[in-house]
Amino acid sequence: MISAPILEIAVLILGVLILMVEAFFDRVDKRVLAQIAIIGLAAVLVASFFLKAAPVAVSITGFWSFYTADPLAIFFKRFALVTTIFVLVMMIDYAPVVRESIHGATDQAGLGEFFALPIFTCAGLMWMASAVDFVMIFVSLELVTVSFYVLVSFTRRNPATLEAGVKYLILSALSTGFLVYGITWIFGVTGETNLARVSAALASPAIETSPTLFGMVLILVGLGFKIAAVPFQIWVPDVYQGAPTPVTAFLSVGSKAAGFVVLFRVLQPFLILPQMERMLVGIALLTLLYGNLAALPQSNLKRLLAYSSIAHAGYLLIGVVSLAGEAVSFYLVAYLLMTLLSFAVLIVVAEQTGEDIEDFNGLSKRSPFLAFAMLIAMTSLAGVPFTAGFLGKFFIFDAAIRHHQTTLVIAGIMTVACGFYYYLKVVRAMYWEESSAKDITFPLSGLSRLAMSLMIAGILFLGVYPQPILEALKR
Amino acid sequence: MILLFILFCPLIAAFATLLGAPARKTALLAAGLSLVATVLACITYDTSHPDFQFATSVPISSDWRINFSLGVDGLSLMMLLLTAVVTFAAIWFSREVVKGGHVFYACLLLIAAGATGAFASLDLFFFYAFHELALIPTFLLIGIWGTGNRQAAAWKITIYLATGSFILLLGLLMLYRSVPEPLRSLDIRALQAAASAIPAATQSNIFLVLLIGFGILVSLFPFHSWAPEAYASAPVPAAMLHAGVLKKFGLYGLLRLAIPMLPHGAQQWTTLLIILLLGNIIYVGLAAIAQKRLDWLLGYSSVMHMGYIFLGIASSTLLGTNGAALLIFAHGISIALLFGITGEIRQRTGTLLLTDLGGLGKVMPRAALAFGLAAFASIGLPGFANFAGEVMVLFGAFRNGANPDRFTIFQIATVLALWGVVMSAVYMLRAYRTVFMGAIRQSWSGLTDLGGSIRVPIGILLALSLWFGFFPQSFIRIVSPTFKSYFTPRP
Repeated sequence: MISAPILEIAVLILGVLILMVEAFFDRVDKRVLAQIAIIGLAAVLVASFFLKAAPVAVSITGFWSFYTADPLAIFFKRFALVTTIFVLVMMIDYAPVVRESIHGATDQAGLGEFFALPIFTCAGLMWMASAVDFVMIFVSLELVTVSFYVLVSFTRRNPATLEAGVKYLILSALSTGFLVYGITWIFGVTGETNLARVSAALASPAIETSPTLFGMVLILVGLGFKIAAVPFQIWVPDVYQGAPTPVTAFLSVGSKAAGFVVLFRVLQPFLILPQMERMLVGIALLTLLYGNLAALPQSNLKRLLAYSSIAHAGYLLIGVVSLAGEAVSFYLVAYLLMTLLSFAVLIVVAEQTGEDIEDFNGLSKRSPFLAFAMLIAMTSLAGVPFTAGFLGKFFIFDAAIRHHQTTLVIAGIMTVACGFYYYLKVVRAMYWEESSAKDITFPLSGLSRLAMSLMIAGILFLGVYPQPILEALKR
Repeated sequence: MILLFILFCPLIAAFATLLGAPARKTALLAAGLSLVATVLACITYDTSHPDFQFATSVPISSDWRINFSLGVDGLSLMMLLLTAVVTFAAIWFSREVVKGGHVFYACLLLIAAGATGAFASLDLFFFYAFHELALIPTFLLIGIWGTGNRQAAAWKITIYLATGSFILLLGLLMLYRSVPEPLRSLDIRALQAAASAIPAATQSNIFLVLLIGFGILVSLFPFHSWAPEAYASAPVPAAMLHAGVLKKFGLYGLLRLAIPMLPHGAQQWTTLLIILLLGNIIYVGLAAIAQKRLDWLLGYSSVMHMGYIFLGIASSTLLGTNGAALLIFAHGISIALLFGITGEIRQRTGTLLLTDLGGLGKVMPRAALAFGLAAFASIGLPGFANFAGEVMVLFGAFRNGANPDRFTIFQIATVLALWGVVMSAVYMLRAYRTVFMGAIRQSWSGLTDLGGSIRVPIGILLALSLWFGFFPQSFIRIVSPTFKSYFTPRP
């Protein structure tokens, strides 16, 4: 039985090891590094099933007052590990593009860092999942964000990537500033940074509501940036489109999930205040509408997936407002599978043809497997039953009905119709349209094929049998 | 077990086809096996037990009490029979598709499996999910192999039905949540038993949402605009399956869920339903008369006939509801046959513009006979099952609160609905005369008639229609026990 913090330490050691190998062994094919990383992360994932129970008490001090190993934390640690493993698989596929975009003496310059950085990000995500103290939240958030600063602008020769990197850097730093300022206000009001003690302090009648609300709003700005909620979502389309595609996938899934875990933990004491609930309902509504409506005219698949991630943040916010932790977590699992699958297919196809929806024309004839994988991903994102995406929406809508959030449910239903249009645009391109270049083949490595098959199986399995995830969340 | 067989035959065949099995043969085999199994189930069904028979159950999620439960009572058994027969006929009518045949037949089989699963499900989750299984195959079928303005039609039907389905999901979730906690279940039998605990005001809200949700799926006025275009543009087997079977899902849902579990709600919204169904019958009927193309005419006609079934449902009498069930079956058969023959005509002439066709009866006597019989069935000529259903619906609706001193909305609605019979006679007979009778054009004089083998599905469909037309009691006997429990005895 191992103690929970060992997991992050193991991940960090793995990252450092990869960097060492990268620095000292120039001639090694860098893809081996990625494969070692995948195996290492898989080992940590297996180790996460052998954890010993952590001490739980409100008045505890020391390490366990800012780090928790409750079921939610363990679940999202595994979530982060699985995400990183799939992202590393995608990065192996994406390596040729990276090679072209970096000045370097050797043929594989820069690839080692490309494979090593996600490991550090993973450690940061795992820490965010366990953070129950504002300071810890901030520190782990910064680890994740700084890693992403480098990853987003990695393919430096591409001006779009540099633009994306600068936008992400500046806006992210700004939002972190808001976050820290908000934490300061909360500290000023309550004198505590530990979340449990903060909520205990807020329960006392002597607390002034205005400074608390002000601090909370500032924190929401910081977290809202991370989860791509309106009105903090402007950076999303440009950054997602400019960044290297595996990094986009990582941002879209990992960063968002960690953001939601933190949001859920932080918001719990505050949602009793009616102003908070109204504000969150408003944010959820705007996010839903903006994400879905803006996605309708998109012709570039990467940009469409960016707007779609904003839309999904909207659905998740419905779950947050309805205080449905289980529904939000299940939706995030479904979101992981379907988003990573769509990005994985996009990487393979974009390398040969391009990132526009038109480049998918006739894919069903050129590569039936890839077309089928994309079909499952798109139908799951849209919310067709027997896929995990539908069950996610099912649980969220049920929670919303239970909490009488009528406006949100009606908005959710209207936006589902929008979703069907823009997701099925891709299906149409693949199955209806004829491709202009008939003789292009899509080489697919065995590892990628395995990863995609696992994701397809996961989507369809969870769509019919959600019980394993629900069980894991309960414990 | 037999239900699992009926359900998994098309599912397994769909996957086999995708993996490379000979497409049309596999599909035909699967449909044939399903049909035989369904007939067997009909024969061994025990009409003296009103409960669900052949029930199987596999637990899926204990948190949510979702189980994969299958079971049939009289109503669902007849729906399964309809599905099996129309699927078999649809696949027989289809021709071996040259491009992408495997995906084509896989989609058809998935639609059939979806309909079967939806009708046989005893669990709300799978009831909904199986119906949705048919959504993406429909999108692909109409978009790739359709005719005319197929892309727009495919988008319209998919988005419209997706929206309607999510509204339906909302209604189902509300229904689930409205039952107090210890009795709450997604199992239809448990819900039925607990339904009396739902307060009247909630019933009214839930019923409205379910009515709109199911209504969109059944092309209730004013949510009907997706249907004619979709049926006209769809390839023949898809049109047969959609108009004949898939549309009936909404009506089945109303009969299975909304009416028995939400009687107060049903009472509240009867007036609205009657006004909307009259819109179906009269407005859409008039639109059908104005059509110049045969496939559009049939599309509008199919929407119009839904009005009668809604009238039977709204009548809240045993007679009317029995009639609605019979009319569901009869309409499914007749519209499938009509679309099938229309497809054959289009295949030979390349056009369905009424003014372009003419005198086809001289060169295609078999087609003329089959179309003529199907057209008369659709109009409601006595001897066909449609007549039996319609007459029961009209009598049932008229009898509701019948008072010689005053006409209530029911009586007025019945009288107005009778206009619909005349309207359908007008457009159907005119279509028949324009297409099959009169002088024949030079270009059509060399057409071949329907082949020999196609007489099999035509024969099966016509035989069923005639059998239940002459002996409607054999249908009502099976279906009636389901409805007897819904109503306090009204003759």
